[in-house]
This record gives sequence, C-alpha cells and structure tokens, in this order.
Amino acid sequence: MALIRTTYADAAVRALANAMRADPRVVVLGEDVGRGGIFQQYKGLQAAFGPERVIDTPISEATIVGAGVGMALVGMRPVVEMRVVDFALCAMDEIVNQAAKNRYMFGGQGRVPLVMRLPIGFWSNSAAQHSQSLEAWFAHLPGVVVMCPATPQDNYSMLTQALRGEDPVIYMENKELWGLEGDVDESLVATPGRANVLRRGDDLTLVSWSAAVRTASQAADELAALGVRASVIDLGTLWPWDRDTVLADCARTRRLLVVHDAVQAGGFGAEVAATAAQATGCRVGRLGAPRIPVGYATRLETVARVSPSAVVEAAQQLMADAAQATAA
Amino acid sequence: MIDLYRTMARIRAFELAAEVASQGGVGVLGAKVDERAKVRGPLHLSIGQEAVAAGVCAHLTREDLLTSTHRGHGHTLAKGGDMRRMMAELFGRAGGSNGGKGGSMHIADFSVGMLGANGVVTAGLPIACGAAQALKLQGKPHLVACFFGDGATNRGPFLEALNWAAVYQLPVLFVCEDNRYSATTATAGLSAGPGVAARAAALGVPGETADGNDVEAVHAAAGRLVARIHAGEGPQLLHALTWRVRGHVSVDTQGYRDPQDLQGAIDADPLRRARERALARGATLAQLDAIDAEVRAEIDDAVAFADASPAPDPASAFTDIQTTGAGPWH
Repeated sequence: MALIRTTYADAAVRALANAMRADPRVVVLGEDVGRGGIFQQYKGLQAAFGPERVIDTPISEATIVGAGVGMALVGMRPVVEMRVVDFALCAMDEIVNQAAKNRYMFGGQGRVPLVMRLPIGFWSNSAAQHSQSLEAWFAHLPGVVVMCPATPQDNYSMLTQALRGEDPVIYMENKELWGLEGDVDESLVATPGRANVLRRGDDLTLVSWSAAVRTASQAADELAALGVRASVIDLGTLWPWDRDTVLADCARTRRLLVVHDAVQAGGFGAEVAATAAQATGCRVGRLGAPRIPVGYATRLETVARVSPSAVVEAAQQLMADAAQATAA
Repeated sequence: MIDLYRTMARIRAFELAAEVASQGGVGVLGAKVDERAKVRGPLHLSIGQEAVAAGVCAHLTREDLLTSTHRGHGHTLAKGGDMRRMMAELFGRAGGSNGGKGGSMHIADFSVGMLGANGVVTAGLPIACGAAQALKLQGKPHLVACFFGDGATNRGPFLEALNWAAVYQLPVLFVCEDNRYSATTATAGLSAGPGVAARAAALGVPGETADGNDVEAVHAAAGRLVARIHAGEGPQLLHALTWRVRGHVSVDTQGYRDPQDLQGAIDADPLRRARERALARGATLAQLDAIDAEVRAEIDDAVAFADASPAPDPASAFTDIQTTGAGPWH
C-alpha cells in the first residue's frame, strides 16, 4: 500500500471517510462538523456524505453524547465530537453513567459502539479551560477503551479500529498535533492495547503517550549523547494498556520513567509505575505537570509543561538513585 | 378499557409484591438490612401512577422504543416486559432481565424495545432523542416514548433534548409523569414559570395536559399525540398530572407530606377509577374479578420464579463490561 504524506487531522478525516464508505451505520454528531470541525478534523465529510450523516448539532454536549448512546443502542455507529476534553465535562453523566455503564447494568442486552472524540493536550495560550489532559479520569472508568494517538499513522489506524469495535471508545487526539505531518498507510488497523516500541536501550525505559511521546523521544536523544541508552515506548492505548511490552522492557532495563502532559498527581503514570514496580521490582519514576491549572501567559503555561530537559534530569536522577541503591 | 384495566392491575400487583419483598431491605441511617429481605436497596414504586404507563403504552407497538426513569417498573410492564424476569431482577437473581446487574433502578427489557430505566434524573431524554434519530435515519416508522418526572424539567438535558428533538423533528413522545415531587420536596416551590407544557412549547414541542389518574384521558391524549408524530409533525409532549402514593423510595415514610395531600392522592386511586369506568363502559364484575384472579396468579408465579432463580455467579461480575480491555486487572 502506498504511503500518503499527510497530517494528524487529515489522517482522522481519511479514517472516517473510509469507515463511512464501508459502513452506512457510521454517522458523525457534533458542533461545527459541517464546516469541517474547528480543527478540520471532519474536512469535506459533510459534502461527501450529506448533512444526514455528518450532523451539525446545537451546543448541547450532554445530548450530543446521550443521543450517541441512543443511536448506538439502535444499531448505528456514531462518532461524537466534543471539540476538547474540557467541554466533555458538560457530558460527564452521559459518558460515565450512560455510555460506559449501559452494557453492564442492563445485563448485556445492548451494546454502545460509540466513538467519543475528546482531544487532550495544550492549546497554546488558551488557558485553563482549553488545555487539560484528563486521560487518567477515563482510564479509571470501567466500560470504556481509551486511545491516545501520537502520530498521523496512529490517528488513522486507531480511529479505524475504534470504529470497528463494539465498545464505547474515549478517543483522545491531541490539540497540539493536528498539524503534525507524517506518512500514513491506509491499510493498517491498530491492534487495541498494543504499544509501539520506538527505540530500545538497555539502561532505562521511557513510557509515554500522545504528544508527550515527542518529549520523551527528544529526551532519549539527549540522554544518548550523555551515554544513557533509553527505550521509548508509546502506549497508544491507555485502556487496555500493553503491560506485557512495558513489563518485559522494565525487566530488562530495571529502570522506568513514565512521562505525560497530564498533572502528575493521580496521573496514569502512577498506575504504570506501580504495576511495573510490583511486577518486576524495577526502580520507577514518573514525570507529569505540577498540580496547577494551565495559565494563559506563555511564561505561566510553560510552567505547566514537561520539557525534554526535565525528562533528562528526572532520568539522570533515577539512574543515580538506582546506582546508589545498588552500591548500598 | 378492559385491557387498560388489566395493565394497571398488573403494575399495581407487581409494585405491591415488590414492596412486600423489600421490607427491611435497605440499610439506611444506621438501620441493618434484614437478611430475609429478597429485594434490596432503593425501590421506587409507581403506586398511584399506573394510568400514565398504561394509557401511553397502549399506543406503542413492540417495535416502538421506550426510555424510563428510576420509577420504571410500570413502564416496562406496560411495554410488554416479562414479569417473571423483572421480579427476578428485583430479587437480584441470575434469571433476572439484567442477570442481577441492574435491579429496580435499571430494569430493562430490550427484547420488547424497553431501553432501560435510569438511576439519573433526565438521563433518558438524550438517549431517547438518539434512538429516535436512529429510527429516522434507518427509515423506520416507529417512535420513542420517553418518560420522565416533573423533577427532570429542572435539569439542563431537558432543555437540550427537547430543543434537539424539535430541531431534527424526531418521532419522540415526551411524557412528563408529574407526581408533584422532586424526590422529597414539592416541585411547585422549585419550578419557576408556567410549567412543563409551556417550557416545551417554547422549545417547539407542542402537546397536551391530561389527568394522569384517568386512564381514558391519558389514553385519548396519547393517541392524539402519537397520531401527530406518525403524521410527521415531530416531537410531542404529554403532561400527565398524577399523584405519588408511596414515598420517593420505599423507605421514605413521607413525614414531609401534608396528610390532606396524601389522602387526596389515595382517594384519586387510578386503579379504582379504571375499574369503575370499565363497569360503566359495560364490563361485568365477573370479567374484572377474573382479571384480578389472573393477575394474582401471574404475580404469585413471578415471585415464585424469582425466588427459585439462583444468585448470579460471582464470575459474571466480569462479563458484559467491554469487549476490549475487560477482566479484573488487579
């Protein structure tokens, strides 16, 4: 299959278009989708498939998701657009109590194959209500799959997979990645719960997802220059997460550092680190944002960001602590 | 009229049997659960409100869909739900409609288009909109009946859903089953403006108000509204004014309620009125007594079925959560 050079946003458009061509049950619901969506992540779809399948909705987040649940129960495969995860908070009952619980609490009578697009990450200088990374909230929630694509190829392959499954999927693109360019092979479909090992090193395992994968990769380059060889693993899917791949690498390197954009306290990095420590006895660390809202001014926003140099510093600290522990 | 009476009698019998089986079944404010109680946890009974479920659902076909509230036994029975499996669900048994995973608040029977009772006030309205939108996209001629209470009209999704249904001209019959209480506080003191019908009209959803304790009145009004929906006139609202006889939940003794108001609710008993009306319409006492006897036998059978059904296998706590990423993950 030929590789197409395209963007993260356009990869999603391609995945949706292919799915909508193949399956008349796939429909889109959301604000401004007819115009292509505010990030052009639905560009051209209404012209191609009509307003009956690419449905412009009122600013009614609760009903966008709730209607998605109702549609899914009656045989459709809706994709619901929340613009940013921050706005999905207006639909938390519909996500948490309705979409995620329906199958279980009604004893398996229904299925909710619903894809909810809730982009995480920073939206530069957009301040506290447009810049959150709340993936841990949803990984905590039984009943949903949580996907966090990091590249155009992932966005194509994972969205394609999400549209074929029978679970509600919390599909978390990243607000900073829409314009990211990369090669996309449209024949690839993601395997849910399979991590991508981007590089292998013997000294340290770096685990990340979404835009923070770039931070971790850049840090790995800097660490290599300092003589520290790090593995970089992109989890991709947070639930279910690829424990086998992560634990195997941790067992080898004996050191794990999880890196994410989300607030460190109570973040999903804690889950990965605790699991690895329990299973392999490796030394663990995690690095996320301080527990502060994201400020508007660039200098404030920067404080909430995890930089590659901060990852390098945390990695070196972890190496030093491990060495000291061994010496003792 | 005979059929409406039968539906109401079945609902009343179900609610009374559930109430008996739930005695001592709630641990609240330090009370201990009586281990003999078969029905546990919150139980919201629709005694006194049976005419709304019966009158509306008489117009629904099996293919029409229904969403309900935490007080949903009556709607489910009126839609054709299996009484045995419903009672087994309240008993928390493997043979229950939800395998013991939902209980009273999540009673459901998808096989007859009953898409679930809901523990969250107003949650059914957006789901009903989506179900109706799917029916419309699929070119199907069916509709969705969406029951909710007066308390639901003060939550945001009420506005969102009615607007939504009107914007897309969806086949939804919104039924406000107005029992005048938002849990344990009178709704009148909590709701501004001229009421639910006016709110709906302002959102482009026309409708009618009916005496919800008069099953013929409910039936007639619902019939007109369903006809309008089938004629392509979009969503409609039925405001059915009724009275809750029991507390918000089974352990609620209603100490907050004006005794006169409560006596009025008891005196307005829709089942007694339906019986009198049936007689006035030519039914015989023998016919009605025969229905009562059938209903008694049916409820006895349902309770026996529920009691004989085993408790769910603990392993089933891990099934029907999700296909990808299920399992204990400890």
